[in-house]
Amino acid sequence: MAAGSPPLPSDKGTIPFYRDTRIIAIIVQIVFAIAVIALLWYLYSNMMNGLRQANLLPTFAFLSVPAGFPIAESVIPYDPSMTYGRAFVVGILNTVRVAGIGIVLATILGLILGIARLSDNWLLRNVALVYVEIVRNVPLLLQLIFWFSLTRLFPRIQESIDIGGLLYLHNRGATLAWPQAANDFDTWMVWVYGGIACGIIYYTIRRIQFARRDRPGVAMPQAFLIAVGVAFIGFFTTYFVYGAWPVSLSIPELQRFNFVGGITVTNSFAALLVGLVIYTAVFIGEIVRSGILAVSKGQREAARALGLTPGQTMRLVILPQALRVIIPPLTSQYLNLTKNSSLAVAIAYPDLFYVASTINNQTGQAVPVILMLMASYLSVSLLTSLFMNWYNRRIQLVER
Amino acid sequence: MRKHITLVLAGLLSLILAACGGQAQQSPTTAPAQPATTAPEQPTAAPAPTAAPAATAAPAGGTPAQPAAGGQIERILARGTLICGVNNNPLPGFATVDTAGVRRGFDVDFCRAIAAALFDDPDKVEYRPLSAQERFTALQTGEIDVLIRNSTWTLGRDGNLGLDWAPTTFYDGQGMMVRKDSGIETLEDMDGATICVQTGTTTELNLADQFRARGLTFTPVVFPDGDSTRAAYDAGQCDGFTTDKSGLISSLTLLSNPADHKILEVTMSKEPLGPAVRQGDAQWFDAVRWIVFATFQAEEYGITSQNVNDFLSSDVPEIRRFLGIEGDLAKGIGLSNDFAVRIIRHVGNYAEIYDRNLGPDTPFNLPRGLNALYTEGGLLYSPPFR
Repeated sequence: MAAGSPPLPSDKGTIPFYRDTRIIAIIVQIVFAIAVIALLWYLYSNMMNGLRQANLLPTFAFLSVPAGFPIAESVIPYDPSMTYGRAFVVGILNTVRVAGIGIVLATILGLILGIARLSDNWLLRNVALVYVEIVRNVPLLLQLIFWFSLTRLFPRIQESIDIGGLLYLHNRGATLAWPQAANDFDTWMVWVYGGIACGIIYYTIRRIQFARRDRPGVAMPQAFLIAVGVAFIGFFTTYFVYGAWPVSLSIPELQRFNFVGGITVTNSFAALLVGLVIYTAVFIGEIVRSGILAVSKGQREAARALGLTPGQTMRLVILPQALRVIIPPLTSQYLNLTKNSSLAVAIAYPDLFYVASTINNQTGQAVPVILMLMASYLSVSLLTSLFMNWYNRRIQLVER
Repeated sequence: MRKHITLVLAGLLSLILAACGGQAQQSPTTAPAQPATTAPEQPTAAPAPTAAPAATAAPAGGTPAQPAAGGQIERILARGTLICGVNNNPLPGFATVDTAGVRRGFDVDFCRAIAAALFDDPDKVEYRPLSAQERFTALQTGEIDVLIRNSTWTLGRDGNLGLDWAPTTFYDGQGMMVRKDSGIETLEDMDGATICVQTGTTTELNLADQFRARGLTFTPVVFPDGDSTRAAYDAGQCDGFTTDKSGLISSLTLLSNPADHKILEVTMSKEPLGPAVRQGDAQWFDAVRWIVFATFQAEEYGITSQNVNDFLSSDVPEIRRFLGIEGDLAKGIGLSNDFAVRIIRHVGNYAEIYDRNLGPDTPFNLPRGLNALYTEGGLLYSPPFR
């Protein structure tokens, strides 16, 4: 032992590298990485070989070729002479449209449902319970087809149910009167933008004041009121100056086959929206309920002891604390709703999945189309969760 | 520990994938007749073609299999059944399941004809019901051997989808069905109408073209399958319903009140319907092609399932060649020499197939029209069997 330096290196030398856990760990990782890369490479070359054999080498060139197929509804102008790329964008926007509206409505309905489940009212509580149990135990696709079949029960378009000449219900959807821009619309828009600017200025000033005084305060509702007020004044001013309202009502009129004027919500869109909202709201309702139950009972009792009404207690004390528990699982419900919208293909709503399938069928470019499809859903989902994570951080308890 | 699990999983995954890949790509190189004319070269493949396994059921191992130049017929024979892609929705006259659970129809009979030629048994068919959107993918991936699902032959599909079409078995055209009380007589009357159409079909595209060419607008209501399309039209959610005329006639029988509907005179397109196979196996393509031709030729000679035995003793050289009594013509396409006899005996000639499914004794009573022999003013014409 005391001999000096020789024993140490020889000691080290006696452990061969293949018994050294650190080196083994590195080797295992390298082997694993190689295995994964080899597997991916095998899959890739296998796919490419198969595609080459079938004369179907992947290319994105088809995106600039005219699509040739019609799409029933679109947010942006589209006709069959436009490209596959444009058709794909139409699909994305259709998905975003139904998902966006769906998320808002499902949140509202879910919130009501979650609170109703905890209500002191026996009837309300049990109605909510039955609703939850029925809806969440039936597959979504079945529900969508159910809602879609319901729309068939409405009369044919020639015999539409007429509600005050403003709303028509028929088996192709609902047509309703809708505001449209009149001649002096641009003049009014100046007022609207002015109102928004006033609101923002007010809000900024107030925030600076709050910061200086180092006291909390509320500025948003007032700012909002200012913006709406200015727009409102502008609306009437335009009328008195030019003698015509800046916005007119487009009244639907039945032509030979379809309504002209107003807007038509197709039965496919309506069925999809209703189905998604009702289905997702159940899960949101359960999340809200668990969030409320997670707030300690003492909070409620303390709020009541302070003399707050039940409504105030819920709004000012319980919900703000419950939100912290609610937001993370809520995010995944939003993502579910977005992804579930791809079931639209069964009820003739031209969402992203439907359009992509048609493009795939038309061009035979399965690999690029599927890649684009996955990338699109992934982007939409990632954007949603990015926003929700940001919001989640904002409402977290600030701990000092 | 986690790493090990991941490794095991990765191994399992690769095994599964290899198995799947193997199934689609078993490539016995028993048919040397196909040089790489249709299948381009494969620079990445390590083993030389001669080193490829000679056994018929060699799964693709570590390296991706060679693009199969031939071998489809051997694979089908080894499997013992033909996998035939047919319509997933009932299309009376073309592909339906009758009350006894037996598939019947014009398209089904051609599946049976191919099985008869291969196995001398028309029942050795495994049917895969496919929607319009699934059908080409199923063929491209090798899930089915042949697609006989009223599929239109077009340049784009032939080229871009990597498929090959056998001769047209049914010359069709796109039509439009409307309600009698709608007062619609021509397409021009349909400006602004809502039209039901099935997605993934040529009719979807033709509809857009035809209306665009006429400067008319329309709202499409598009469904992934024929049943929902017809149901939506039946419920009055559309003013018109468009598909191939044969399909319209067939659907008419399924509507809740057929007497309320009519099919417009106009024919919007050419729809040659026929069997399709995957590109890349010229021998299998040839076999399917000549099986179809054999049904035409049999009608031309007047050979039917009833009298085929009488013809076996015929002295006429061309009939003897056709029936495989003389020569060994069918060897070149990988079929048994008497394949025509097998088809005629089990399924019948073209006229028998047509009459059985669409002829005067059926509810459709469809005139032969273009689907008559060239000798009778139609388009059916078989190249000589010699």
